[in-house]
Amino acid sequence: MANKKNLILTILLLIGCFALAWYVNFETDSYIRRVVNLCMVYAIIGLSMNLTNGFTGQFSLGQAGFMAIGAYVVGIFTVPVALRPAVFYAAPMNPLIADIYMPLWLALIVGGLLAALVAFLIGTPVLRLRGDYLAVATLGFSEIIRIVITNAQTITNGALGIKDIPPLNDVRYIFVFTAVIFIFITALINSSYGRAFKAIREDEIAAEAMGIDLFKHKCLAFMISAFFAGIGGGLYGALLGTVDPKNFLFTLTYNFLLIIVLGGMGSITGSMIGAVLVTAGLEFLRVFDEPLDLFGMAIPLFRPGFRMVIFSVLLMVLVLFWRHGIMGTREFTWDKFIAFCKNPFGFFGRKGARKA
Amino acid sequence: MEFFQAIFNMSAASFAQHMVNGISLGSLYAMIAIGYTMVYGILLMINFAHGDIVMMACYFAFFGITVFQIPWYLTFVGVIIATALLGVVIERTAYRPLRDAPKNSVLISAIGASFLLENLANYLFSGRPLRFPNIELLSQNIAIAGVQVQAISLVIPVVTMLCLVVLLHIVNHTKIGMSMRAVSKDYEIARVMGINIDNVISITFAIGSILAAIGAIMWGIRYPGITPLLGVMPGLKCFIAAVIGGIGNIKGAVLGGFILGLGEILIVAFFPQLSGYRDAFAFIVLIIILFYKPTGLLGEKTTEKV
Amino acid sequence: MTILRTDGITMRFGGVVAVNNLQIEINEHEIVALIGPNGAGKTTAFNMITGVYTPTSGNVIYTDAAGNDVQITGKKPSAIAKLGIARTFQNIRLFKELSVYENVMIAKHLHLKSDFMSAALHLPHYNAEQRQAEAEVEELLKKVNLWDLREEKAFSLPYGQQRHLEIVRALATKPKLLLLDEPAAGMNPKETDELTEFISQIRDEYNLTIFMIEHHMDLVMGISDRIYVLDFGQTIASGTPLEIQNNERVIAAYLGVEEDA
Repeated sequence: MANKKNLILTILLLIGCFALAWYVNFETDSYIRRVVNLCMVYAIIGLSMNLTNGFTGQFSLGQAGFMAIGAYVVGIFTVPVALRPAVFYAAPMNPLIADIYMPLWLALIVGGLLAALVAFLIGTPVLRLRGDYLAVATLGFSEIIRIVITNAQTITNGALGIKDIPPLNDVRYIFVFTAVIFIFITALINSSYGRAFKAIREDEIAAEAMGIDLFKHKCLAFMISAFFAGIGGGLYGALLGTVDPKNFLFTLTYNFLLIIVLGGMGSITGSMIGAVLVTAGLEFLRVFDEPLDLFGMAIPLFRPGFRMVIFSVLLMVLVLFWRHGIMGTREFTWDKFIAFCKNPFGFFGRKGARKA
Repeated sequence: MEFFQAIFNMSAASFAQHMVNGISLGSLYAMIAIGYTMVYGILLMINFAHGDIVMMACYFAFFGITVFQIPWYLTFVGVIIATALLGVVIERTAYRPLRDAPKNSVLISAIGASFLLENLANYLFSGRPLRFPNIELLSQNIAIAGVQVQAISLVIPVVTMLCLVVLLHIVNHTKIGMSMRAVSKDYEIARVMGINIDNVISITFAIGSILAAIGAIMWGIRYPGITPLLGVMPGLKCFIAAVIGGIGNIKGAVLGGFILGLGEILIVAFFPQLSGYRDAFAFIVLIIILFYKPTGLLGEKTTEKV
Repeated sequence: MTILRTDGITMRFGGVVAVNNLQIEINEHEIVALIGPNGAGKTTAFNMITGVYTPTSGNVIYTDAAGNDVQITGKKPSAIAKLGIARTFQNIRLFKELSVYENVMIAKHLHLKSDFMSAALHLPHYNAEQRQAEAEVEELLKKVNLWDLREEKAFSLPYGQQRHLEIVRALATKPKLLLLDEPAAGMNPKETDELTEFISQIRDEYNLTIFMIEHHMDLVMGISDRIYVLDFGQTIASGTPLEIQNNERVIAAYLGVEEDA
């Protein structure tokens, strides 16, 4: 019974959110729309990062690289064929791909799959090793991806980037992707595989003794994470309307690191909260800075960078003094929410009492 | 085949030139890699901020010489002291409070420290590339047997070797060195034996940062552009150098540094068409070496206690 | 019929020989104990059998459910667990931050046939598998009186219950051979008695073979069919509890210092 009630509440919430997305799409200005869209894209990528870093305990810093793959697939294949010669004016596009056009949804999925494939190639050697090497290998990879993109002129247009990507600013479109990915990851985490991931995070030796193939499951989590980061990156590219290698500096990954640390490593709802707070916070911090292009994604190389100083101090303060973040490994549940609504003041005390 | 052809097509003089470049780059990598390997050996953590310490040292030198007009030799002493302090301060504020926290928290704190240094440098010194002060004595070109090289390229390996000798002496033959080895062998037992762990860790960070500062000065003279992200790629590569040499092993870090430095220069020399992918070389070497020898070239096999 | 045989397994760490030429044979449905002073190499022997370490030399041979002899030397721990060997650890290794229920459910993962897509989409055949696993876990947890505590985090349980939970978690993998590494460590006499009872009970109920490392002599002598004694990596004696109790070498090496164990 309780389950049914919760399911109904969740469905109502999703419908409510979709109605909100509809409202935002038609009734607000383009700035709000952009922030809301960015927020959802950040949530997708934050969720994907939490899957490896938070749930499986494997510290990956490759999100910017996987995003780049997704964004470039969208960039390369969704620009109308007729416009391509103008975009690739310096060196014509490789004839093998010059005539291939994909609708956005297909390009997103292809980008996700390609990112997952690349994750497999990196993961195979690296995931067998000591955990923290993964951080360096993935950070390095996300820079190498940029090098490759910059050099593969006839495919990616090199340092010039790809312009004229049909712009995506339908809030509802991105909302549907976000909701589906959110539901998928929630369901995955609550399945037997999700428990296996968490077991690996808690104790690799015990997990192995319980018959969990470490490498296989780490690789699986890493590839699923890359897949969604690829899709998120594709949406991000479509949102920008233009992609260039500088959009995907490794420092972009730190945004998502902040999201999952703030929301709680190992909490899905935490990542959603974190994504909203970080996106909104980055917008708010703009007060401390001169206006930036590209929604403040790129490091403000030629501007006073006070905003990013605050950002990095926040990250450190957070991990030093509040490392479990808002949710820790807990999740938002309706039961707790209802308990909270009935007795907002007693809520925290009661929980403490139960623990003791 | 192409490889041999490339070698045959190269004159002895230009080959010597590339070797000198490779050895000096390798030495620079070695200097920075030692800092990574020592910290990892003791705390089992990647000091992500180490590359950014190198970057800060470059800015210190710039401000000492170009802005405050202090003679370069005095500035270098000041840079070394300031950098050592910076390293110790980072350890105290960002890592020490998390000594008993999960490993990933320390890693995040290290990333935070690194990102903070990068953003601070960007904020304080602007993102525009600055030029490392020119020191005529060290940056002049000299000709040896028809090969033109910068004086600094010859100084770098010599300084590196000197530092290495001193460092190995400290680690192997002094009391503090013994404490360091004890802490890296078994943290808990060392603590029980009455070794002041915090001191040992601070000194380790100081030594690592001093080497980073010396490396940074030489780096700046050799490659004079200073930017806030200058330390990132060398930092990653030097950590990789430490890993392929066998993490925790000082000689291994030096060996790894030379493999990467020489390899990078020679690849570009023989295959100019690959020069765009130069930064990828280190990662490929990492994957290949770890595939065959997961503990690195000189690393010992360690088994986790179950 | 033999279920596990070690064929002269040896483990060297650098210059130290932790286990030397160990010969062990365990028959189906037996309870066999491995005893010896601290540092004798008992846990190392367990680690070689369960794949945590690969022996420097020698072989481990296991007879699987179908009756075939399988060489498991150097196989991955997860592969060995799948073949039907489960274990507990000397210093309890529960998934501390996870609930009691999740701890045991995790042990059911190795029998799962559905792939991750069917699991994430909760397709019917995955749900059927899960329902069965849930029923089995419920039964196990009720058996050790942990069902009411199923939502608690594992680390919050009292020590004795953590030990029981670890055994139940191992049982959930449906092993044929169960390796217990000092199951009674840190328990008082009453708890040890209960545990002794519990071990013989699960042996009969799940048709298990049990191989255990233990220091509590009451427990060892009380339920073991046979005992191996290890000292400095060497087997110094083996036989029935009675034989071991009267063995001169064992008394000298081990039982003589029993007071402080």
